[in-house]
Amino acid sequence: MNKKTSQQIAFIIFRILGIFVVGILFWILGFIIYNGIGVISWKFLTEPPSEGMTGGGIFPAIVGTLCLIAGSSIVAFPLGILSAIYTSEYAGNGYIIKFIRIMTNNLGGIPSIIFGLFGMSLFVNTLGFGDSILAGSLTLGLLCLPLVIRTTEEALKAIPDSFRTGSLALGASKLQTVNRIILPMAFPNIITGLILSIGRISGETAPILFTVAAYFLPKLPTSIFDQVMALPYHLYVIAVSGTDLEASRPIAYGTALVLIVIVLIMNLMASFLRRKLKKY
Amino acid sequence: MKRILERIVELLLTISGAITTIVILLIVVFLFREGLGLFQSSNVEKGYCLCVNTENTVLQLTPFQIKQIFDEEIDNWEKLGGPDEEIVVFRFSDSFLDSYSEEELGKNLEFLPEKLGEVIRGTPGIIAYLPVQYQPINQRGVRILQDGKIKLSDFLGGSEWIPTATPSPQFGVLPLILGTLWVSLFAILIALPLGLGVAIYLSELAGEQMRKILKPAIELLAGIPSVVYGFFGLVIIVPLIQKGFHLPVGETAFAGSIILAIMALPTIITVAEDAMQTTPQAMREASLALGANHWQTIYKVIIPYSISGISAAVVLGIGRAIGETMAVLMVTGNAAVIPHSLFEPVRTIPATIAAELGEAPSGGPHYQALFMLGCILFLITLVVSISAEIISKNKSQAKGI
Amino acid sequence: MIEAKNVNFYYGNFQALKDISMVMDDHTVTAFIGPSGCGKSTFLRLFNRMNELIANTRLTGECLVNGENIYQKSIDVTELRKKIGMVFQKPNPFPQSIFENVAYGLRVDGVKDKHFIKQRVEESLVSAALWNEVKDKLKKSAFELSGGQQQRLCIARALAISPSIILMDEPASALDPISTSKIEDLIHVLKKDYTIVIVTHNMQQAARVSDKTGFFMLGTLIEYNDTRKMFLNPEKEETQNYITGRFG
Repeated sequence: MNKKTSQQIAFIIFRILGIFVVGILFWILGFIIYNGIGVISWKFLTEPPSEGMTGGGIFPAIVGTLCLIAGSSIVAFPLGILSAIYTSEYAGNGYIIKFIRIMTNNLGGIPSIIFGLFGMSLFVNTLGFGDSILAGSLTLGLLCLPLVIRTTEEALKAIPDSFRTGSLALGASKLQTVNRIILPMAFPNIITGLILSIGRISGETAPILFTVAAYFLPKLPTSIFDQVMALPYHLYVIAVSGTDLEASRPIAYGTALVLIVIVLIMNLMASFLRRKLKKY
Repeated sequence: MKRILERIVELLLTISGAITTIVILLIVVFLFREGLGLFQSSNVEKGYCLCVNTENTVLQLTPFQIKQIFDEEIDNWEKLGGPDEEIVVFRFSDSFLDSYSEEELGKNLEFLPEKLGEVIRGTPGIIAYLPVQYQPINQRGVRILQDGKIKLSDFLGGSEWIPTATPSPQFGVLPLILGTLWVSLFAILIALPLGLGVAIYLSELAGEQMRKILKPAIELLAGIPSVVYGFFGLVIIVPLIQKGFHLPVGETAFAGSIILAIMALPTIITVAEDAMQTTPQAMREASLALGANHWQTIYKVIIPYSISGISAAVVLGIGRAIGETMAVLMVTGNAAVIPHSLFEPVRTIPATIAAELGEAPSGGPHYQALFMLGCILFLITLVVSISAEIISKNKSQAKGI
Repeated sequence: MIEAKNVNFYYGNFQALKDISMVMDDHTVTAFIGPSGCGKSTFLRLFNRMNELIANTRLTGECLVNGENIYQKSIDVTELRKKIGMVFQKPNPFPQSIFENVAYGLRVDGVKDKHFIKQRVEESLVSAALWNEVKDKLKKSAFELSGGQQQRLCIARALAISPSIILMDEPASALDPISTSKIEDLIHVLKKDYTIVIVTHNMQQAARVSDKTGFFMLGTLIEYNDTRKMFLNPEKEETQNYITGRFG
């Protein structure tokens, strides 16, 4: 076989592979959208589930997920951003920073179910928060910490050093340099990272199973010590353990579509902001 | 004033810098604190004990032996190192009370232990499973079997996971570890060639227009929650497998592998494509200038150059697959048996934790065993993370960066 | 007056400067020349302690500014940098308006007086010969200026905090010839009020702008002399070889 035919065969295979895999991925998207779009209505989005979760809407789950997004953002964003500022602006290049980086990578590699176990042991039992928004937010917040740190660090690293030296040479302190020059410049990319991590938070199920998620709870939370329903857990419940699986299928499709739309919106927002806010 | 503020902020930043280390430490402490309690627990259900006849020379039984006795898989004490005597299994139940009058038992059943003692004394091959409050203490001919602790070897080497079994719950983790590795391994075997193929297509063959659409779309797919993939698997893949292979149930290891592969694809494609894109233009041109065609350049220059980036992606993909919970929980059927083929239900470690922790009484052996599973999962993913670290380090050294 | 006494400087194990001693007088322009990697930039950056930003470096000897060792513990490095301005090789304006760029040093120093800031910004832009070109667009982003204008903006930015010394690290190497000559003219004017030290690897530029020149090679100060003498009749053979282009 000469090299021309081998190239032709190889390229045909790769093209087929490419089309096949991309096809599968879009099939999933299309399938959920096709089956879910008919379910989505104002009523679906604003009413609690009814008839043993075979009817009604998913309003409490939407509210619950929003609560968890807000709560875990409060935990993860400040901590993550401060941590990234430390590692990229203050820590230098020694062993400590290498160690911290390895630890951040390792934390990012820990499966989400382990965060669930940890959150249950520490927040729910030891600290006595019970199954609550507080416990769930703390668990989810710690889970997405590595993601926030990594994206923020990349945003800070992208700022050329000449801006740092320029500011320092004018007698600005390190803090002033970070505060007045580096952070404003890195802002668009930091925000992008934060939005993407919100997308991640909204879809996580395993960490909230034992820290906050309620099987069925039509009333809305009134304090951070309340349990809530959450979209991904709700989808899991009505997909595998509802009272009548066949009858709740449409609701499951609708919930899956809402989850996908959230991720889609976050991605679009992130890429829009990245383009819009880029100044330099 | 400015100076002091600066110092405070610096301190705050340093503490935040250590946050990931602190979280990992906390995870280790809490996971192992709860998990290691398992090895302090008795191997017989709490509140119960096992009694034998004094003629019996067997002093202690492992959880698995107890299970085999009560399942009547072992029927002679000789097999356990005792006398040649047939095993008679006795479970205490209310019907036992019916064979005695109220007088014989006493008003508050205070004579019940005596009666139980009589039964045990009279049956040399007996093993009796009794509530502790009725145990015949200090009676002739009756010996209460010493409570064994659950051992690490029972846990790691045990081949049965039946946490609700009586009298002795079975915490053998082997089927779960094998199930996890089985499902993940096949997922990677499916995802790797597909992912690499698509990466080559995207990086080398697809036009600029195509790339611009496909790359963000694939990144979007990486962000879709695992429950959605699990749901898709449940309603599409599982019935397909059931019909396609004429199986009694479609929830199998194979279904889990396929869903995990689909979930891993976007990550593998993105990372591998990025790695290929970093091949310097000069290298490609050098290869082409020497008369190699595009395909030869791809497999002789571009793939070798980006191989360590690709392998790091693969290792990370394995780590993800091992730890993935929800999708696997929804499609693998969750039977805790050692898998013999891809077309049987299996159960992975994360799925077990997710499915059972809600029902396990807090602080009990089952709860502790699930935390111990968490410890094992943690250690596995730690090994994976560190290997990925080492691989990507070798990469930068090899390229002299 | 700037003075170096027996200065040695190391990047890790590599010795970048070897036992350098020299004195630079007030209101003069001193140029450092020499082949790439000879240590001239490293030496320049010692005087506002910018080398401290690089990890794993070490200094022995003394650097004195107006008789005071700037490396002693009691010196506040941010105060020091306010007294010693610096202009970098590539123009590096901040992603802010032209006005805010020049006001930056004042603002980080805690100056709140708006009127004063406005006045200083104008004075500095005038001194940097940029005022006429930008006075109508002070609110515009600094990135809208040309490269040469950006570099003069960076000079104005350095002037705004009233330093007594200005360090210039190849300030014209990234600019076109016309912008370069504007910067050189500016250096002539600024000499009246400031002590200027400039690193350049353009020997004509050193000859045009400086009063004294130091020639560095492999971390050693080979010759330090009046510029005129240096270019017409250098004392050392290495200097002769370098300025006649025999190596470098």
